[in-house]
Amino acid sequence: MSYLDNILFAIILAAGVGYFVSNVKKLIRNINLGMPVNRTDNPSARWKNMALIALGQSKMIKRPIAGVLHIIVYVGFVIINIELLEIIIDGLFGTHRIFASLGSLYDFLIGSFEILALLVLVSVIIFWIRRNVIKLKRVFNPDLKGFPKNDANYILYFEMVLMSLFLLMNASDYHLQNVPGGFSHFIKAGSFPVSQFIEPLFNGMSNEMVLLLSELFWWLHIVGILIFLNYLYFSKHLHILLAFPNTYYANLKPLGQFDNLESVTKEVKLMMDPNVDPFAAPADASAEAHSKFGASDVQDLNWVQLMNAYTCTECGRCTSACPANLTGKKLSPRKIMMDTRDRLEEVGKNIDANKGVFVPDNKTLLNDYITPEELWACTSCNACVEECPVNISPLSIIMDMRRYLVMEQSAAPMPLNAMMTNVENNGAPWQYNQQDRLNWKNEN
Amino acid sequence: MSESLIVPTMAEMLAEGKQPEVLFWVGCAGSFDDRAKKITKAFVRILNRANVSFAVLGTEESCTGDPAKRAGNEFLFQMQAMMNIEVLNAYEAKKIVTACPHCFNTLKNEYPELGGQYEVIHHTEFLKSLLQEGRLTIEGGQFKGKKITFHDPCYLGRANSIYEAPRDLIEKLDVELVEMKRSKANGLCCGAGGAQMFKDAEPGNKEVNIARTEDALETQPDIIAAGCPFCNTMLTDGIKNKEKEGEIKVMDIAELIANAQDL
Repeated sequence: MSYLDNILFAIILAAGVGYFVSNVKKLIRNINLGMPVNRTDNPSARWKNMALIALGQSKMIKRPIAGVLHIIVYVGFVIINIELLEIIIDGLFGTHRIFASLGSLYDFLIGSFEILALLVLVSVIIFWIRRNVIKLKRVFNPDLKGFPKNDANYILYFEMVLMSLFLLMNASDYHLQNVPGGFSHFIKAGSFPVSQFIEPLFNGMSNEMVLLLSELFWWLHIVGILIFLNYLYFSKHLHILLAFPNTYYANLKPLGQFDNLESVTKEVKLMMDPNVDPFAAPADASAEAHSKFGASDVQDLNWVQLMNAYTCTECGRCTSACPANLTGKKLSPRKIMMDTRDRLEEVGKNIDANKGVFVPDNKTLLNDYITPEELWACTSCNACVEECPVNISPLSIIMDMRRYLVMEQSAAPMPLNAMMTNVENNGAPWQYNQQDRLNWKNEN
Repeated sequence: MSESLIVPTMAEMLAEGKQPEVLFWVGCAGSFDDRAKKITKAFVRILNRANVSFAVLGTEESCTGDPAKRAGNEFLFQMQAMMNIEVLNAYEAKKIVTACPHCFNTLKNEYPELGGQYEVIHHTEFLKSLLQEGRLTIEGGQFKGKKITFHDPCYLGRANSIYEAPRDLIEKLDVELVEMKRSKANGLCCGAGGAQMFKDAEPGNKEVNIARTEDALETQPDIIAAGCPFCNTMLTDGIKNKEKEGEIKVMDIAELIANAQDL
């Protein structure tokens, strides 16, 4: 390679990484639009969750076929990326297979990458068939449409192309390594258990032609990786990064324990304290502006819920286990997460366009994205939370939005208002007198 | 049979200067719902048989606030919680048993932060401990050889990871315990949770309780066992809808044990 190549490579690499970093900054800014929530307790349990669930994929294998295929793609992705280090060094310094001096270890590594690349290619093809031929219900559910539906296929195509380029790159390299008497800088290095079968493709071509192709594959491969890296921010594929913090910061409490709103506790305590002067003006009226109860928009949710939205990879396990969705209701926990992300992106773009300040746009997550009908169909059964392979909680968002509907808008369905009136008046959800609570004892 | 029930209240106990071993939290369904009252009485008969010193709050008990909280009314929930905590703390309650997973979850998980710290156990766990301590013996009796499937209540199972206690009790009855295709952590909701019990379902193509009843029917059971008064209602309705009420019964674990003992 001439120096021109190296400079071009450095520019492409810097641009690719630079744009990615700028989007990551935006991502962090958007997540921080959420309310504070403390998730730093019990770090050992959190590290364990991350190790088992994100790194160890323990919840993926609950569905064995998708689980095993996913683990292959995941392991392949992580391990083949070791090769990226060599590609970057070669690209920057004009070297060729810089790590070849590792000898038999190098052969072993390149050989493993090849086998993994083939396995990934096969798995990704099976994934594509499940999505487009078999039309598996959870990836074909009506709540997945438009870009999100295509997004899933784009990712699969990316992976097919990248794996093919990697193997073609090696095959052409292998071909040139075996030119009798040697050719240019192609030293014998690496083992090629897969690409040796592709190599005959180059028989009959001139060495110069194969060299050109080899360089083309190399460039397309690394440029493809950089494009894929930058595609992440716009895609459900972001989960490959966010799965780790998401499992670390996930809720550790029993799933049935919903948080008690502190702002409400304060008011209820005042209400029940006989020593409080009911006519006194609030001492710190100016200091304590009325806090909103529940959530109507993304800024009312906490930052973990917002991170959840970016982490969701739209696999639909939640929706396929949701009793409401299974019985034809509009609620889809996956849609709750996708809507939250879409609205958060919209708010983020609004902030970008208005010099760092959010200008109200007469839209909210509630109504414009998620309808009350969806929220009221939830049975709070936690099936979605249990199913999620990366510990996302759609339920917590549903509950926060119900709180807004009830406490800020008094907009509960009529029968629920009746139930709540009963609880308030006679201490039971039905209209029975509290004084009759022990009558069962004497009934037959 | 009713005259044989001994149900002391906390107030009566206090008047005698006594503290019961455990406070039985009956819950609204257990107090007022005709079907659930039978579960309450079955449980009391077992407690009486095992000579457990227990007491109820009686007219001093009030809704835990669970349905209000799940509906989104945090104000009403916390008011109910604080009133109940005042009563429970006044009686210095330490250990609470309840046959309702919703009361169980709320008392156990959501009351501590508001000042109510108790050891809270579900009645299936309590019955299991009585058995282990040798205070209660179970024999199959009338259920011997019957096919029983257990429906996991969401607020007992997924919400609090209690899957084994109810199953252990069923197995003591010399019956064949069969699992539905969706069970334990994968169990399907009965459709009552999240305050759904008190409202109409949103438009769809099926009721959740029918879907769950179909899961249960696939196992061809003689009895569907439940551990929650609301699940019990939903599944009983499902069985009626399928016109199977002649062949298949929906029973609480407490009823299974009480009936096996001819209590």
